Amino acid sequence: MSRTITIEPVTRIEGHARISIALDDQGQVAEARLHLTQFRGFEKFCEGRPYREMPALTARTCGICPVSHIIASNKACDHLLSVRIPPAAERLRRVLNLAQLVQSHALSFFHLSSPDLLLGWDSDPKERNLFGVLRQNPGLARDGIRLRAIGQSIIETLGGKRIHPAWVVPGGVAEPLTADKRDAILRLIPEALEIAKRTYAFYKTLLPRFQDEAERFGNFPSLFLSLVSPNGTLEHYDGLLRIKDAQGRILEDQVPPEDYARLIGEAVEPFSYLKSPYYKPLGYPQGIYRVGPLARLNNIQSCGTPYADVALAEFHLLQEEGPISSSFHYHYARLVEIIYGLEMIERLLKDPVVLDQRVRARARSNRYEGIGVAEAPRGVLIHHYRIDDDGLITWVNLIIATGHNNLAMNQAIRQVAAAYVEGGRLSEGMLNRVEAVIRCFDPCLSCASHAAGQMPLAIELWDTRGRLLERLVR
Amino acid sequence: MPLSTARSNVRVVTLKIDGRDLSAREDETLLEVCREHRIPVPSLCYLEGLSVWAGCRLCMVELVNQNRLVASCATRAAEGMEVQTDSERLRRYRRTLIELLFAERNHVCAVCVSNGHCELQTLAQRLGIDHIRFAYRQAHEVLDSSHELFRLDHNRCILCTRCVRVCDEIEGAHVWDVMGRGSQCRIISDLAIPWGQSETCTNCGKCVQVCPTGALIKQGTSAGEMVKDRHFLPILARRRAR
Ligand code: SF4
Ligand code: SF4
Ligand code: FES
Ligand SMILES: [Fe+2]
Repeated sequence: MSRTITIEPVTRIEGHARISIALDDQGQVAEARLHLTQFRGFEKFCEGRPYREMPALTARTCGICPVSHIIASNKACDHLLSVRIPPAAERLRRVLNLAQLVQSHALSFFHLSSPDLLLGWDSDPKERNLFGVLRQNPGLARDGIRLRAIGQSIIETLGGKRIHPAWVVPGGVAEPLTADKRDAILRLIPEALEIAKRTYAFYKTLLPRFQDEAERFGNFPSLFLSLVSPNGTLEHYDGLLRIKDAQGRILEDQVPPEDYARLIGEAVEPFSYLKSPYYKPLGYPQGIYRVGPLARLNNIQSCGTPYADVALAEFHLLQEEGPISSSFHYHYARLVEIIYGLEMIERLLKDPVVLDQRVRARARSNRYEGIGVAEAPRGVLIHHYRIDDDGLITWVNLIIATGHNNLAMNQAIRQVAAAYVEGGRLSEGMLNRVEAVIRCFDPCLSCASHAAGQMPLAIELWDTRGRLLERLVR
Repeated sequence: MPLSTARSNVRVVTLKIDGRDLSAREDETLLEVCREHRIPVPSLCYLEGLSVWAGCRLCMVELVNQNRLVASCATRAAEGMEVQTDSERLRRYRRTLIELLFAERNHVCAVCVSNGHCELQTLAQRLGIDHIRFAYRQAHEVLDSSHELFRLDHNRCILCTRCVRVCDEIEGAHVWDVMGRGSQCRIISDLAIPWGQSETCTNCGKCVQVCPTGALIKQGTSAGEMVKDRHFLPILARRRAR
């Protein structure tokens, strides 16, 4: 079947997320694939550069989640230095990472998904955006804009406007936090938390409407991979890897992130530049797993903060038993994590340690291999470098959240497509549903998925002989 | 040798720069006269306290009625001279020179340790360069990180030879030199061995401080962290002259 699907330059559409659907001889959906084009050759590009350039270099691979790359990359560099960074620096990095989480989740929920949730997938595309939401539910739209602004403002207070190059550095952070800045951030939290709780409560009232979607939007058994803290609570910055299976059994626990390669294999397929990671002991493609908010909440018993823990308990009730299997509930999980992120930022900043003046460990490289793993808003982010005696990069491997979810997204798209391909034709409503299921994962396609309004999509239908039957583009 | 060693009993000349009547000592260069009178003239290879190299040609000025461009850092003031430091033609040439410097090696300002503190970058901004009209050579350049304290990134070198001159003339070690011609031209340490193996280098760091770009830098710096300090240079140079 994979023979029928080729990426030729002519079939690639700039800035579009391209999806191909292959039919079997009976005209039923056999496979569906989201073709992601990642910046190729990036690994090669880094070779010969000093490892200290990696945070800035990798941050530029993505304009959407630079903070996540900065965190993971600097952690890999800390590992190369073989240092434990000062406690204040660790906390400040945590705050930055959580602020990014809040900001990114707010973008995903309010700006990108709420138009669908509120106005319906088949509503007028001209209305199906944040402005439409603003007309229908002005309070919600304003909350979204405000929450995102608060997340952004915390990031800027910490790292400066130009978050890209400077503040987080190998060994810690470049400058300590001042009491003024801490207080400025703390003043923002109550309002943000109010918004988060209000939105969460509102979303729960909406949920009964989405029975169908919850059943069909990427609802399938899979493994879940995430970091957890040493005592099994929610963790985004450090921690240990855990894998649960679809029945909720813990297959791997307390695995040091440096051992990721023991758990994760990376399949390379001709149709995508993005590698398809899988859980090694189960093989490819059976070892399919999901990462991100859904996986993180599925993997833990408690968040460790009061309001988030109440919400987490309600989250676990979405399904009779076992980990929540529907990808539709990524939305729910994001709202829980926003609450958690804000509560945690407040807790971290109220600890006087954050004002310590010692924030940077100085050292040169003391080992040849460095691995940095953190939870980006979209899931586990792995940076892995090798360097030579002079500290120059010889080898790089990055596994991004969207990559981890690659197999799961394909499966989710196939599930939705199966419901909307009739008699070998693409039916109405198809584009919107496929778009919506992709949005559940909030993949970082940079230009494609984060374009305001509708996602630029191209869907192609292929038969077994590799003939293009139909193509929908918008 | 420095062109401008101060001598006693030198004559004073009068000349016109950008229409202003000025006086100068006859052993002064046009660039020095301009600096003295705060007339902005871009320069890269020139550095007060070092000998004149006149390699970058950014300091070009026009000599009125001669239709000729001269490097102001290497031209002495003379009686009756009429100089124009700014014109459409000069701006075009300067812009082109800077663009060629960018196209010659690999400059990625966003991740460069010198980002925000780089003379090349500052000049480019001042000349309003927002894109490069020439194809980048994309040559594969190496990075010498063998030294304990410093690093040389050939990707960012503009071959201004400031490092060569400061090491030879001020420190007296002469670690650096220039090897090869044209596009093969490179800065080398000792007889083209890794800097860390150099037996002549005294680890003084003067070359790092005078380098205008992110080519010579301190180990352990991250993007934008390399700020150079060259206060030592004019002070040392003046003391030596005495
Ligand atoms: S040396 Fe200057 S111009 Fe070159 S990359 Fe670095 S900052 Fe940019
Ligand atoms: S290393 Fe720096 S100072 Fe030396 S020639 Fe290159 S740019 Fe000039
Ligand atoms: S400054 Fe005069 S040629 Fe470089
Ligand atoms: Fe991204």
